[in-house]
Amino acid sequence: MPVYIKDTVFDPYYEVKQQQKIIESNAGFAQYGATSVFVGTMRDFNEDHKVTSMTLEYYPGMTESALEKISEEAKSKWQILDTLIVHRVGEIALNDSIVVVAVWSAHRGAAYEANRYIMEALKSKAPFWKKEATSNGATWVENNTKYE
Amino acid sequence: MAITVRFFARLREELDIDETQIEAESGITPLMVWQKVTGKSELPAQTLVAVNQEYADADLVINDKDEVAFFPPVTGG
Repeated sequence: MPVYIKDTVFDPYYEVKQQQKIIESNAGFAQYGATSVFVGTMRDFNEDHKVTSMTLEYYPGMTESALEKISEEAKSKWQILDTLIVHRVGEIALNDSIVVVAVWSAHRGAAYEANRYIMEALKSKAPFWKKEATSNGATWVENNTKYE
Repeated sequence: MAITVRFFARLREELDIDETQIEAESGITPLMVWQKVTGKSELPAQTLVAVNQEYADADLVINDKDEVAFFPPVTGG
């Protein structure tokens, strides 16, 4: 159930594939029937304003342990085989991947639900802070958008 | 007691403090650490507190060599 913090551009689909190879070599061949993948990407707008780039700050140590705890919580709530969380920090350009969450399980229900649980918990508990650069200067994002 | 105090994001910029060490008497809480370091009596609304990198209440009694952090609501993902 690895957690990675990356300070450079990453390919979420490559990360998922790498973890899947590890699962296949550890858990054995054909042990999962469902993989859910959520990718969060840097947009050029937030609510009502244009955004040109973003800086993501984190709390080294606490951020990783918060993400590990969230992964463990998901594993205790659903029958899942493995999880992966990769989150970007530092300077982020438009269209860069910010986060990928993947969940592997026998069936789709657990894969979908655990993935959503991890994403929502990450957004409300994991210590990350976004500072957006806009045409009017840089401002800290005060609250995450609600799930809709 | 030696306490490490850290601030993140908007609070770090507003206070212009990233990390500092303070000497404190036993029985001190994160709120008292905040008052001692910033000179302000109240924690700003919605401020989150962590002790030794776990979320904690502002009135938790902390120990020698603890790390106390203050930060605004988180906005990752």
